[in-house]
Amino acid sequence: MAEVTVPHDLPAVYEPSLFGTYSKKIGMWLFLMSDSLTFGAILYAYSYGRISTPSWPTPFHSESIVNATIMTAFLLTSSLTMVLAVRASVHGNAKAQRLWLLATMACGIGFIVLHALEWSKLIAEGLSLPVFPKLPGRAAVGEFANVAQTVPQFPATFFGLTGLHMLHVTLGVIYLGVVALRRNFIPILLVFWLAAWLGTPSYSPFHYGAHVLLAAAVVCSIILWLKPKVYDSSDVEVAGLYWHFVDLVWMFIFPLVYLMSARIL
Amino acid sequence: MEAFQEAIAERVAEQQRHHGMAQFFWVWGALLGMTAIEVYLTYQHLQPVRMLTILMGLSLVKAALIIGYFMHMKYEISRMKWLTMCALVACLALMMIFFPDALRILSLGVK
Repeated sequence: MAEVTVPHDLPAVYEPSLFGTYSKKIGMWLFLMSDSLTFGAILYAYSYGRISTPSWPTPFHSESIVNATIMTAFLLTSSLTMVLAVRASVHGNAKAQRLWLLATMACGIGFIVLHALEWSKLIAEGLSLPVFPKLPGRAAVGEFANVAQTVPQFPATFFGLTGLHMLHVTLGVIYLGVVALRRNFIPILLVFWLAAWLGTPSYSPFHYGAHVLLAAAVVCSIILWLKPKVYDSSDVEVAGLYWHFVDLVWMFIFPLVYLMSARIL
Repeated sequence: MEAFQEAIAERVAEQQRHHGMAQFFWVWGALLGMTAIEVYLTYQHLQPVRMLTILMGLSLVKAALIIGYFMHMKYEISRMKWLTMCALVACLALMMIFFPDALRILSLGVK
């Protein structure tokens, strides 16, 4: 059997990257491509349901459209602040980088809060899923209760699509928080978890959904304690790719789900 | 290997230092403007198919701006641009194969 001695004192020679960039970035692009297919499949399922259901409801009044437009503005502005964070990081301006990342997170949190308020309003008006806890004391009546009974595909696809996107935005905010604040973000995340858990009624899906924040805090703690590091400009850029992706997906959800289901009188 | 990756990352960062900041504000303004047009059209009671066509057209332009400028794809090398985007668009386009089935259900009246 032949033996090979591997020299350790010689400078390593590597082939240049096939894609002209570093591995982390290529890895993130591959993940985003696979995630695009996930959202693509769900958007196609939504469109399929809509084409095959002649009585597809158009329940969103002006108030919902205005709310969704403000949410869109929040996401678009967050993409701008994210780009500015990346720019600050490549210029080595750590303070500006952190401030722009925090601004991006603030816009993301604004989006999530508005979205959660809209969900709560729709659920209170009767648009619900069988897996959601029942509202106590009264049966839902009105337009949305009727929609949920006659076209159950509508709440299923609406909550499925927007819920998955909201989860992505939430994880994006956590990702940016870790990059911006590192270990200091963990107690902040736990405060968010407690506020979301204790601040929502027990019949709200967010009462249970808040535990995503706890799970994320555990995972982030493990990562940050096992492999502590100072995140450099490449980490900020890769985090930015993820953030822009959630913005990109919303550019299709907003017109397809909201604007095409608007009832403007 | 780590040092090699850092060297590539530094080269990419050096390229990005030369990108002007104004273009990002222009792109952001264009995205907000197109969103405003979409909302305006919602209030115009257009025929649904025409409305869908315009909205999807605007969404594709917005997606291209986000990918090109905010995600820096415009500044990647050609191989990266073409391989990733062609693969993605091909996969998404292939999913359209199911739409004729939705129309079939509609014409058959299956509930």
